[in-house]
Order: sequence, then structure tokens, then C-alpha cells
Amino acid sequence: MGSLIEKYLVSASTYAADIDGVITLIALIVGFWGILAEVVLLGLIIAFREKKGVKAQYITGEEKHQKAWIAYPHYLVLVFDVMIIVAAVQVWYSVKQDLPAADSTVRIIGQQWAWSFVHPGPDGKLDTDDDIATVDELHVTVNKLYHFKLEARDVMHSFSVPVFRLKQDAIPGRVITGWFEATKTGTYDIQCTEMCGIGHGLMPARIIIETPAEHAAWMAKHDKSLAAVTQ
Amino acid sequence: MAEPAQESESHGAEDHGHGHDDHHQESWFIHYCWSTDHKMIAMQYMFTGMAMAIIGGFMAYVFRMQLAFPGIEVPGFGQVSPTEYNSLVTNHGAIMIFWVAMPVLIAAFGNYLIPLMLGCDDMVFPRLNRLSYQIFLISAIVLLGSFFVEGGAFGGAWTAYPPLSSKAEYNMTPLGAPLWVIAVGLEFVAFLLGGINFVTTAMNSRAPGMKMFDIPIVIWMIVIASILFMASVGPLIAGAIMLVFDQTAGTGFFDPDKGGDPVLWQHLFWFFGHPEVYVVLLPAVGIVAEIITVFSRKKLFGYKTVIFTALATGLLSFFVWAHHQFISGIDPRMANVFTVTTVLISVPIAEMMFVYIATLYGGSIRLTTPMLWALSFIFAFIIGGVTGIFLGASGSDIYFHDTYFVLAHFHYTFYPIAILSVFAGVTYWYPKMFGTMLNETLGKIHFWLTFIPYNCIFIPLFMLGLGGQHRRIWSYENFPELARPEYYALREFATISLVIMLLAQFIFIFNFFWSLKSGKKAGANPWKACTLEWTTDQTPPGHGNWKELPTCYRGPYEFSVPGREKDYWPQNEPEPEPEPSAS
Repeated sequence: MGSLIEKYLVSASTYAADIDGVITLIALIVGFWGILAEVVLLGLIIAFREKKGVKAQYITGEEKHQKAWIAYPHYLVLVFDVMIIVAAVQVWYSVKQDLPAADSTVRIIGQQWAWSFVHPGPDGKLDTDDDIATVDELHVTVNKLYHFKLEARDVMHSFSVPVFRLKQDAIPGRVITGWFEATKTGTYDIQCTEMCGIGHGLMPARIIIETPAEHAAWMAKHDKSLAAVTQ
Repeated sequence: MAEPAQESESHGAEDHGHGHDDHHQESWFIHYCWSTDHKMIAMQYMFTGMAMAIIGGFMAYVFRMQLAFPGIEVPGFGQVSPTEYNSLVTNHGAIMIFWVAMPVLIAAFGNYLIPLMLGCDDMVFPRLNRLSYQIFLISAIVLLGSFFVEGGAFGGAWTAYPPLSSKAEYNMTPLGAPLWVIAVGLEFVAFLLGGINFVTTAMNSRAPGMKMFDIPIVIWMIVIASILFMASVGPLIAGAIMLVFDQTAGTGFFDPDKGGDPVLWQHLFWFFGHPEVYVVLLPAVGIVAEIITVFSRKKLFGYKTVIFTALATGLLSFFVWAHHQFISGIDPRMANVFTVTTVLISVPIAEMMFVYIATLYGGSIRLTTPMLWALSFIFAFIIGGVTGIFLGASGSDIYFHDTYFVLAHFHYTFYPIAILSVFAGVTYWYPKMFGTMLNETLGKIHFWLTFIPYNCIFIPLFMLGLGGQHRRIWSYENFPELARPEYYALREFATISLVIMLLAQFIFIFNFFWSLKSGKKAGANPWKACTLEWTTDQTPPGHGNWKELPTCYRGPYEFSVPGREKDYWPQNEPEPEPEPSAS
């Protein structure tokens, strides 16, 4: 069964389905109750239109059997709230709070107005001489768990990969660690989702998810001199 | 008494009758610009707020045109540069919240209704009241002036996150940014003064016999909102001063290079920013309560329930602020706490909506223009409420944060608040304010041509949000996932709907001014309502409101009381016989 979000956008990370799942769960719950509330509202408006000779009823709503009309729906709200909270916190925990062991680590740096990415070179380690730095292009291998070290050089930015359902603000002066694991190859959008100045709308980047062979080929042909540009 | 008073010099002469302080002829300037009369100050707030709404609406038109038709020469503006785009979206948000919703809902309705509904002659601090408006006016002038200084108006979003907002080298608006913060600060000072006045007046100046639970809901709501505002704004004023120092004196409160922390601002901002939502929501639901009772000829279903849910919502709203910051780099464990508090706020708010819906049961509903606006508020706010759950739940907010889903969600809360409930209130109290009736046919045309296009604007934006469209982007051309033709179709549909909705407002403006002169005379109580503002000697009420101040005998919503011939029982009507009252 396709999720609500997948009708608009493919999913390409291990946790995308969980996030889509919470969204679908909430959509079903609030969709049902929200529509019911609207139907009752419209139904009452139609049913109790002014009629000649019919006086409105005198109901205070303060008596016990009357209060029940409000109380029971409101217990229901509470029950469904708890369901939503449990589901949301579970997903939050696995995406943001938990940090599974990494196969590889990349550094992501936001600045006015570009994304810089530092990939480990053939040695598989970051902060060594063979690191590969790029601008506006992040290369990762499919089915490999990455940690990212997110930094900002000047103002706040936010690193968002919609196909991963991932988003994390970048804060100047801090290094924020998160993770993702891609499940599909392809090229997708990276957005900056925090207002970062006049070029905020002109800060697109792309994530290129490759098979291990493609990734090795990219690494081999990558011109190291580019690394000096953004070190 | 049937003779409607004119808004003219003759007004001063009427005051002689009941011995009020103005015994001389007021000059035009004193009467309209230097008045301490609560009704005149309410009008000043209302017209300033409406003028700002026109400016804010025009901004929306300009940037929506750019989004639907990138690079177009927008008629009436020209091409929109990224700099202009950013300052337009920033100030559209700031204006609609701080210079439209706040002045109209709290200050205009608060000033107009508190003395009239409580049965007193004016606010307890009339000069403070005048000062409050004057500071507010200055704040609006400072804000609009910032568009004409070197570098242009601030464009770093209405939340003004540092370091973008604090350093000119980043925001490139060396004057616009401090002016923006100063304008917001002045606006807060104005509402602090107003809030003191509202709370004090409601506590001390009620008509004899009016107990706390005889106060109309709208007054309760304005008072609770004022208390919320006063309790929450302190941290933000402190933050704003630090921000101005960072901008102008080179301090580093929010600068990590100097030992500061940019996230601190977000906590201060949202500690105020979330209660602020309820500061404007509560007066709006108050207005709606007055209108649905009158036009369904029903007592409010659970008067006390509404007050308690408002208090519960207000209290809870102080503990939800970090739901704006789930992904902002705060400790991820905090998100769990704030998810719980945020989702739980649905309990009192849902209960309040249930009360309103239940009030309609057994009613005799008249679909007048004010009633249509009030019902549309409930309809739209339910959508706004349920879509908020997606954002308050941390797991789903990871995807939705800062997308058009958020934008559409809060336009289903703020739009009903700042637009639908305001039109409800203005069309409902217009006969009391100006002594004539608005034209109902034009009013209904205006309603449908506003409400239908409104939904046509924001439902497509929900869909774009589901597709991952992020906010505050000048052009989506650079994002292949968002530059798809079907997404452009949605953007164009939303923009065309917006243009239709904005054009429809001319119907209202025409109706407003045409009815002043040519509308049917209203009389004291055209809607047959129970509250005290409908019992004044003159319509519109003169200076001092009543010759002899009214006494209150019962609650505000005694409609269709069994055994009584009339279907309404005004609060000031003495008991007919010594028999004990049914209520």
C-alpha cells in the first residue's frame, strides 16, 4: 500500500516508510474525525434552520447528561492523542535520537549560498588527504549507513532531502551529527529549508545515490584539485 | 433616542446632557486623533489595522504572482527580485499578525466592547489608552518606513532568526533589520499598555449585578488573551533588546564566535510566539461565541466549559513552544516532551469546538452575514486544528517542518482568526458602531467570494507541502522535484484564487462606505441580542455610552427562555415579578 506522501514523492531511505507511516496514521485518524466534525456542523446548520413558529430550545449544557455530549468525544480525542504520540515518538526516536553505527561519514557545510560536501576518499576515512570535496553535489552509496556532520559557516541553514524525509538545521558554531541510509539509486533534490538570506531560494543541491561500482568510478575520476577550492 | 448620532462636531454638544468632561466644541483633530473615548480609539485601531491588511494583502499578491509565474512583471509592482521577495514574505507575516490580527482583534474589539458590554462609560485608563494607540501608530510607521531606507526592508523571515537577523553582512539590510525589531518592540509596548487597561477595566468596572460568570464570552477571551500576552512577551522583549544590541552595538548574545548561542533567540521568540497564537485566537472564538448564540437564538452550550477550556489552552500554550524547534538542533529528547504537550492541547481546543457545534443543536438558525462568517470560522478552524497534529507530532514534523504544509496549516488557523472572525465581528457590530445596517446581499456575495477562493488558495498549498515544497523560496525553477508542470498548475490555481479573493474585498469596502450613508437605520438592538452594548441610549453610543449606567440581572445568553414571549432576555431587564428565576 502506497503511503500518502509516496503519491507525491518517491521514498529513498530506510526510515522514509516509518515517517510516511506516522503521517498516514495521523491522516486516517484526523481525516475521519475532522470530516465527521464538519459533517455534524453542516448537518446541524441545515437541520436547525429557522422555521416559522418553532422556537429554539433552551439548553444550558451545564447539566450532567448534556455535558456527556462534550465529554465522550473529548475522551476519544485523548485516546487518539495517545496513539499519535506513541507512534510519533517511536519514529522520532529511531530517526533522530538513536544513532546506529556508521559505514561511512560525510561532512555537510551550509554557507551563503551553497552546500559543500566532504566525502571520504578511497581510504574510507574523513579528514585525510584523499578527502573529496564538492559543491552542491553529494555522492553516496546505496544501502550504506552514513553519518553526517552538519555545520554552518555563517547563518542557519537546514539540510533537507525530501526523498529521505530527512531534515536537520545547521547551526553556526556547532557540529550536528545525524544519519541516513539510502535505499534507491538516482539523483534527487537537496533543499535548504531555513531562511538564510537573499540567496535562500538559489541554494539547490543534488544528492546522487550510486551503486558501489558507480561510486568507486566517481571517486577514481574525481579531480582532486577541486578539493582545494572548498577545503 | 432613535436619532442616530453623527460622527461630527454635534457629538461634543450631546455630552452636555450627561455632564461629561468635554464641555467645549472639539476640534476635528482632538476628536479623531487625540480622543480618549474608547470607541474612537477602537476605530483608530480598526482602520489602521484594515489599512495594514490592505498592504499585507498586496504583498501576498505580489509574491504569489512571482511564485505562479516566475519572472513576470507583476502588474502594480514590476519584477520581483529575490531581495524584494524575501522582504515581502517577511513583512506580510509580521504585518498580518502584529499589525492586523493584534490591533483589530484585541485592541479594536477590546476597546469597543469592554466598556459597552460591561456597562461602563469608558476604559479605566483613557489616557493610557490613547498613548497605546499612538505608540502603535508609530510602530506601523517605523515598519513601513523601513521599506524606504537604504538596503530596503528586513527579509530574514518574521521569526528573525540570528545570526541572519543580527549581522548586516548576512542580511544586507543594515537599517531595515534594526528598524524591523524596533517596530515590533514598539508594537509590544503598545499592547502591554492596552492589556493593563483591558484587564483592569474588566475586573473593576462591571455594571452593578454583573458577576464574573455574567460577563460575555468575548470579554473573557480578550482578558485571558491580554494576560497571556503580558505573561509571554517579557522574554521576547528581552530577546529583542539583545538582538538590537547585536545589530547595532556589536554585542554577541546570539553570535557563536563571541560565545553566544543563536538557538537562544528561538527559545525566547517561540516562548512568546506560541502563546501569541492563542492571544489572537481567543478573541476570535469569543466573537464567534457572541454571534452563534444570537443567530441560533440559543444559550451557549456550556458557558463555563468555554471559559475553562480557554484557561486550559492558555496555560498549556506556555509549554509547547519547542514544537517549532524539533529539528533546530535542540537535544532530540526534548522533542518527546513537547510532542506530548503539543498534541494534548488538542483536548481543550477540540472541546471548545464541540461546544460551538453543540450550541447549534436545537437552535433556530438565521444565516445572516455575520453568522456565515462565524460558521465559516468554525469550519475552517477545524481544518487548521487537525492539520496541526501532523506538525505537533515530532515524527511527522521531520518531513513537514518548513514546508508549504505548515504554511497552509497556519493559514487555516490565522486566516479564520484575522479575517473570518474579524469580518464576523465587523458585520455584527457595524450597526452599533455606525448606526446603519450593512447591505445583506452585498455582504453575502462578499462572503462567498472570499470564503470559496480562500479554500482554493490553501488546499493546493497543502498538496504542494505533501510534495515537499519548502517555504520562502523565490523560484522553484532550480529544484527539479518542484519545477514539475503539475505543481505549477497548483501554484497558478492558488494565485488566481488569491487575486479573485482580493478583488472581492472591494465589495466589502463599497458596502462599508455606501451603508454608512444609505444603509437602513439600525435602531438600538437590530439583532435582538441580550448583551449590554445593545441597550445604549443612542446608536451609535455617545460619549459616556449611557445617560444612566445599566444594571445587570442575568447571564449574557438568555435566548428562547421557556415561558417568555420574547425569545431574548436582555441582561439589563429587571425580573418581571418576585418569583425566583429559572436560571
